[in-house]
Amino acid sequence: MKKIIKYVVIDILRNKIVVAYTLFLLLISFSIFNLEDNSAKGLLSLLNIILIIVPLVSILFSAIYVYNSAEFLELLVSQPLKRRTIWLSIFSGLAFSLALSFFIGVGIPVMLYEFTATGLIMLLVGLLLSVIFVAIAMLATVKTRDKAKGIGIAILLWLYFSVLFDGMVLFILFQFADYPLEKIMIGISAFNPIDLSRILVLLKMDVSALMGYTGAIFKDFFGTMMGFSIALIVMSSWVFFPAWLSLRKFSRKDL
Amino acid sequence: MIIANNINKQFGKLKALDNVSVTCNKGECIALIGPNGSGKTTFIKCILGMAVSDSGFITFNGKNILHNWQYRADIGYMPQIGRYPDNMTIGQVFNMMKDIRNKKNEQLDEELIQKFGLSSLLDKRMRTLSGGTRQKVSASLSFLFNPDVLILDEPTAGLDPVSSEILKAKIIAEKAKGKLILITSHVLSELDDLVTQVIYMQEGKLIFHKNISALRSDTGEEKLSKAIASFMLKNKR
Repeated sequence: MKKIIKYVVIDILRNKIVVAYTLFLLLISFSIFNLEDNSAKGLLSLLNIILIIVPLVSILFSAIYVYNSAEFLELLVSQPLKRRTIWLSIFSGLAFSLALSFFIGVGIPVMLYEFTATGLIMLLVGLLLSVIFVAIAMLATVKTRDKAKGIGIAILLWLYFSVLFDGMVLFILFQFADYPLEKIMIGISAFNPIDLSRILVLLKMDVSALMGYTGAIFKDFFGTMMGFSIALIVMSSWVFFPAWLSLRKFSRKDL
Repeated sequence: MIIANNINKQFGKLKALDNVSVTCNKGECIALIGPNGSGKTTFIKCILGMAVSDSGFITFNGKNILHNWQYRADIGYMPQIGRYPDNMTIGQVFNMMKDIRNKKNEQLDEELIQKFGLSSLLDKRMRTLSGGTRQKVSASLSFLFNPDVLILDEPTAGLDPVSSEILKAKIIAEKAKGKLILITSHVLSELDDLVTQVIYMQEGKLIFHKNISALRSDTGEEKLSKAIASFMLKNKR
């Protein structure tokens, strides 16, 4: 397994997109921290950018990479290797490379300028998001044979998680404004890893005071060690379930 | 060595394999013959576990290949269209395969690499290669690890006459070592001096599996191409 991960990582590094992504993250992080005089405020701006870019790059790059490795997969499957090993190696290679670029691109500036609990939680959440969207991309690609369709699905999934889901939640909130939905909102947030990440980081910042009654309920839940751990478990299952489903599908796929 | 039992495989509405049962033994050189789309490649992919059959089972050395992967260490497979990672060079592909497969430091068979003159092309990228050179890489890879079973899907398609003679000589030499060799090809004339048995498939069905001498005496033709042609004609009527 290590050998295949090695080849996947070398291959990803050779195609320079991941390097460009790292440099891009570095550039953004440093410029934001230098523009804002208050680095806590800088962290907030950075969070908003990260929550858009990290899922997008992770899901698109992974989807395209898996499709482009069709030959590589075919070659490996005819060799004495378990399919499970092959698939997990590709997953680990992608997750490792993207998480590493995030760690270099955002981790270093955050550690330099804002080495606080909030900054570290944002780092953790960003790393988890990178891996989550690799897993989702792998599930989307294993389900569709057609490259254009698969990449289209990946883009739609990203759109859903970063835009449509929030729209739907707002719509529900306004429609049922007369009912107490605050507690239900905690449950709903579990269905979107991006929202969950945003909540986790925002609650550590002072701005959470501005979020009104829902914010107070969230703080009550996610602010405790218990709530935080549950959120992390939910995030991890966002890695585990798509990866597991895609693995099951890949083990029976005709190549 | 390889026993396939009532293999069925369906792609949508198309029945690619229809109750195919075959027994292949050591030392045989078997030609898989049939029109385009008769299920030869699908059958090979089922043996390799690249496609999973809908029903029936395949055993390799007495072990069911389902959920088994170690058996592929004994198979050298040359695909019809060799597809390799574009960014890698020939040398990197060879090194990667050696890295992945060669666990016991067994003797490598680099004869084909030498004879095809691939050693001078080792730092060429796979995407720049011509179809024939790709075939040479596939062929060299399938023989590299001294496998007991060789599965060659259209081995000489796209090779120039010199290279295809080199490959044929290599196949004959490996046959003499008592290996099981499965070949599909449309160029029947080149199979004449290679094969000992013939499997004929049509529309996913196994029409016959015969010794070549039996086929010759049945049809009264000496050449394999003529024997098959006369069989096909007889079948049509």
